[in-house]
Amino acid sequence: MSGLAIDNISMRFDLPNGTSVQALKNVSLDLKAGELMSVLGPSGCGKTTLLNIVAGFLAPTDGRIVLNGHDVKGPDAERGMVFQQGALFEWMSVRENVGFGPSMKGMAKAEKDKIVNHLLDVVGLGAFKEKAVYELSGGMQQRVALARCLANDPDVILMDEPLGALDALTREKMQSLVLKLWKETGKTIILITHSVEEALLLGERLLVMAPRPGRIHKEYRLPFAELGVNQDLREVKKHPEFAVKREEILGMIWDMEEEIMGRTEASA
Amino acid sequence: MIVFLLYVVIFVVAFFLVTKVIAKATTRDFTSLKTVTFGDESAVRPNRAASVISILTLFLLWGMFTGSNLLPKFLHAPGPFEGLATFEYTAEAPGQGSDTATVSVMVHPIDQSVDAPQVDPGEGWAKNDSATVGVWRSGLIRVDSNDEIGRDEGAEVVAVNGQPISPGGEVITEFGRIGMSPKGTLNFEPKKGWQMEPIWLPAPEAVVARVVEIASEGFRGSTLWEHLGYSLFRVIVGFLCGAIVGIPLGYAMGLSDWFRGWFDPIVEFMRPVPPLALIPLVIIWAGIGEVGKIILLFLAALWIMAIAARSGVSGVRISKVHAAYSLGASKWQIMRYVIIPNSLPDIFTGARVAMGVCWGTVVAAELVAAEKGAGMMIMVASKFQNTDIVIMGIILIGIIGFGIDMLMRWAERLLVPWKGKG
Repeated sequence: MSGLAIDNISMRFDLPNGTSVQALKNVSLDLKAGELMSVLGPSGCGKTTLLNIVAGFLAPTDGRIVLNGHDVKGPDAERGMVFQQGALFEWMSVRENVGFGPSMKGMAKAEKDKIVNHLLDVVGLGAFKEKAVYELSGGMQQRVALARCLANDPDVILMDEPLGALDALTREKMQSLVLKLWKETGKTIILITHSVEEALLLGERLLVMAPRPGRIHKEYRLPFAELGVNQDLREVKKHPEFAVKREEILGMIWDMEEEIMGRTEASA
Repeated sequence: MIVFLLYVVIFVVAFFLVTKVIAKATTRDFTSLKTVTFGDESAVRPNRAASVISILTLFLLWGMFTGSNLLPKFLHAPGPFEGLATFEYTAEAPGQGSDTATVSVMVHPIDQSVDAPQVDPGEGWAKNDSATVGVWRSGLIRVDSNDEIGRDEGAEVVAVNGQPISPGGEVITEFGRIGMSPKGTLNFEPKKGWQMEPIWLPAPEAVVARVVEIASEGFRGSTLWEHLGYSLFRVIVGFLCGAIVGIPLGYAMGLSDWFRGWFDPIVEFMRPVPPLALIPLVIIWAGIGEVGKIILLFLAALWIMAIAARSGVSGVRISKVHAAYSLGASKWQIMRYVIIPNSLPDIFTGARVAMGVCWGTVVAAELVAAEKGAGMMIMVASKFQNTDIVIMGIILIGIIGFGIDMLMRWAERLLVPWKGKG
């Protein structure tokens, strides 16, 4: 069985003061190989917790993750992760960062160099191989992070707000890059974002989560990611359906946020 | 007080000269064009002209108040009186009326001995006197000793230069102060001026001469370089021992609950104990030789290095560790490629602090007891009032301490260029 199955995951955090927080409750989800899913939701809905569980950084209190027929027991190179920022190794050059995964596996230098050179060309950083990562701009750093993740050839790529810290223009370029890489590599991708537009543009499937306890609220299947592969993203945004969906989801999240605010006010 | 006022005056004058006059001629760069001058402290850069003037001012004041030969004479602060001083005294004896005589005092440099001036005894029953007094010193003058009617016969001095004086009183003349002891003896103190006596503060050229002398002839059986070399050697060996033990200890404390719990009380207790407080104990245990010094410096560096390594490990961003795990790294690979390089900037900061503390500690330890070393040199010199050697020692200790810090910064830039860039 190929693909990623999130099977009835629950996650409870016990706090030091004796209470506990139900971060996720009975979340189930199936992703076929090569699907790109974006995850949206108000803060505190457990998006990042879910991603950390899939990555293997957290063990769920209940349920299991199955990837290509085997249970996920911990972090592994088969599930690559791209973080918002600050996860690059600043003591290594761009080339060493991208080659980190292959190096850890003990890959021969020639083979590793081939992969690294190819990926740096794909993300458009061929000229910056020997630079230190802190000499690069935020957008370039995220390109390095994408290349570093791809160098390991993972089955699943988990992205935790990878473009969240970038300016609007760079962000748009990077969104195109993510779509291009998705199409070229055929990876299964889960992408967490705060931006409804980004979720619509990049999500072949779009998952809206609700908070307290974190759960799946609604799921969409969207055509925009396919369109965006060959089209300017600004053209995609002009699609009549795009505005409709955006308003619908924004309204949904606004309602959830207001509900949270109301609840905190009531309890206070 | 005068020195301080002069210092302030030079500060203010230099400030206006440099900022208002000279700065107009220099280029205007981005920083100088910033409109906000208060509240934007990041734009504050040291004014190098001010630094140079500041150092020159210190030497200028030093030279002025020690009468340095390096300065033209007119810049000197008024010096002490030197030469022939005279004053008159008036004595009264019962039934004889009063008589006046002159006292001539030769005030001479203290490293020369001179004869008292020859004087004519003069008229009257009170005879003229002569005496010698060293510069900056004072001398009792028994003016009645050669008089026809002395103190024992009931004569007493009632005035100096026409001004009445009584036991415990004083008269100020142009040559200095004349006091009277309770028994009636005159005490002449020539004017001291504003300059410092060499035993308090020698002139700069005297210190330089001393450096040359000690560099070529040595001090207490060792050359200057041997003294400084010994101090440096102790610092380096002590620091290296401290780092070799402290860094792994810090790593263990950063990585394991058990090690953290076990060593936390020890490290947290030892950290605030100044290494100087350990000197007596180390001397009792290991004596005043090299072993004792190195143990002391080892202890001074150990806790600083352990804490630096611990915070370097604790400070690693979890996303970096997560990233490495999801790239397929094993625990040991994460240690080797993520945690250690991530902790290096902190360790370097710790090393800089530790070297500074070690240098201070070694000098203090040598002040207490040592056969060789920079601290021993100034301690022994101070016992013989060799202020020039003391000042030379202090300046050399300062230069070496500064040099060590510069060297560490340079190494830091070279070895951990990613510091603060994560």
